[in-house]
Amino acid sequence: MGTLPGRRLVLLLPTVLGVVTLVFAFLHLLPGDPVEIMLGDWAAPADAVALRRDLGLDRPLAAQYVRFVGHAARGDFGQSIAFRAPVARVIADRYPATVELAIAALLLAVGGAVPLGVLAAVWRGRALDRIVRLASLAGVCLPSFWLGPVLMFAFAMRLDWLPVSGRGGLAHLVLPAATLALGMGGILVRLTRASVLAALGEDYVRTARAKGAPRWRAVGVHALRNALVPVVTVLGLQAGALLAGAVITETIFAWPGIGRLVVQAIQARDYPLVQGCVLVIGVTYVAINTAADVLVRAIDPRLAEPA
Amino acid sequence: MTSRLGVVAGVAGLIVIALAGAAAPWLAPTGPYTPDLGARLGAPGGAHLLGQDTLGRDVLARVLYGTRISLGVATAAVGLSLAAGTVLGCVAGYAGGWVDEALTRVIDVLLAFPGLLLAIALAAVRGPSLPNVVLALSVLGWTGYARLARAAVMSLREREFVAAARALGARPVRIVARHLLPLAGPVLLVQATFGMAGAMVAEGSLSFLGVGAPPPLPSWGAMIDEGRPFLLVAPHLVVFPGLALALAVLALQLLGDGLRDLLDVRLDGAGRMTPS
Repeated sequence: MGTLPGRRLVLLLPTVLGVVTLVFAFLHLLPGDPVEIMLGDWAAPADAVALRRDLGLDRPLAAQYVRFVGHAARGDFGQSIAFRAPVARVIADRYPATVELAIAALLLAVGGAVPLGVLAAVWRGRALDRIVRLASLAGVCLPSFWLGPVLMFAFAMRLDWLPVSGRGGLAHLVLPAATLALGMGGILVRLTRASVLAALGEDYVRTARAKGAPRWRAVGVHALRNALVPVVTVLGLQAGALLAGAVITETIFAWPGIGRLVVQAIQARDYPLVQGCVLVIGVTYVAINTAADVLVRAIDPRLAEPA
Repeated sequence: MTSRLGVVAGVAGLIVIALAGAAAPWLAPTGPYTPDLGARLGAPGGAHLLGQDTLGRDVLARVLYGTRISLGVATAAVGLSLAAGTVLGCVAGYAGGWVDEALTRVIDVLLAFPGLLLAIALAAVRGPSLPNVVLALSVLGWTGYARLARAAVMSLREREFVAAARALGARPVRIVARHLLPLAGPVLLVQATFGMAGAMVAEGSLSFLGVGAPPPLPSWGAMIDEGRPFLLVAPHLVVFPGLALALAVLALQLLGDGLRDLLDVRLDGAGRMTPS
């Protein structure tokens, strides 16, 4: 049991190396010259040559790859062109804001979706079930880049209840976290409802009821624990999607996180920064998925046995 | 019963949306690029049912023409992904061995990335254009179909009807194409339906961030981004393109949910087929 998280950590390495390779491949193997994109069409040839040398793009591909992997392993992503500072430091400055937003959204989504999904399953076919299902469908269908501005318009501009944008106290967190949480919540509600419904039909729930367990205990303890396995798995995948969703949400609400940083880096054609951000988000995503995997096995000991 | 209703509603919705896009020149009062600088940010009503945008262009016209971009990009991206994923998945599933191992590794790495971020990076490297959006979405999109095709082929490979076909001298390509692939059809169809919805949202997201459809193309995502600074004075710039996209996604979602139940297909969150 104790070795399992360890084994997952070992498996993490090739995946992370794959992620690093993919990011490298983006820059070097795709058609399109990064130096030309960074400098624009009217750059002086001498500038292009200098930048190419600074980025190490004039060396053989294999040498560039080894250099890139070596530097990335030490957390050295080069120098940001737009911020005139090491990429790693620029990212480290913004990272906590994204983590704060993602955790708030995660808590909001799970705290709302799991109880609603359970209630909808228990009261299947009743009014609450219908409302929850309709709301979850809306959550799945409404794109965040639309929901964000609409929430901002309603609650910050018209009603003036919450700040329009930026990072500050708890009030600043509400709208971006809600925007980010709604899509995820929609998926989780549907999943929780379906898997609780499936669990409620199982023999062990009937046995628990037959032995005199009250309904809340049969649902809350026996059914929910089993129903949570697929929910946590998808939660891991969705937590990663949260990071990508943060790109849009942070842009809308001017939230100073890594998601907005990627967009700024792209607009500034700051190649090393784009690369660093993508890499950091990718590695975070892999780490979250691994954590979710370990958590699933803790909830369901049957999965913990080595396959 | 309700799943059949969902399929009907979804198909009907998609037909309406596709027709709206096709008939845009006849339905819209002006072209999507016709400016009217005297009537910038004009409110909905009168000759301009959904109002006018920052350059006085008709919002209804842009929303209708936007249908072509949204549906077109999604269809192309899903078509490419489905074709590439199915072929690769079938090859890996049937061949097994190192071919299968290599493909699984590649898929694992691609899935180890938030898809949208990869698409953003790709589109940013290649510059904003519709073909680049299709490319970015397809580079990532094929993995889901490859997994499903591989799983289906692997689970059926050892069955008797395959052995029979092989004994009769059928080549692997024929066995996969004629005997195995049709059985994987329902699963791939359901995944493609959800994939269409995902691709439409992704195209909107990329265009919203400025790495998708370049201006002045009337992509719904780009329209929402253009309207954002004018939220207080002209909310219609943001509301209508968003509603159009939400309706299209809803139609696909209903269709996908209905098809999944009707065809008795099970997919988990990652697009993997779970044993039923």
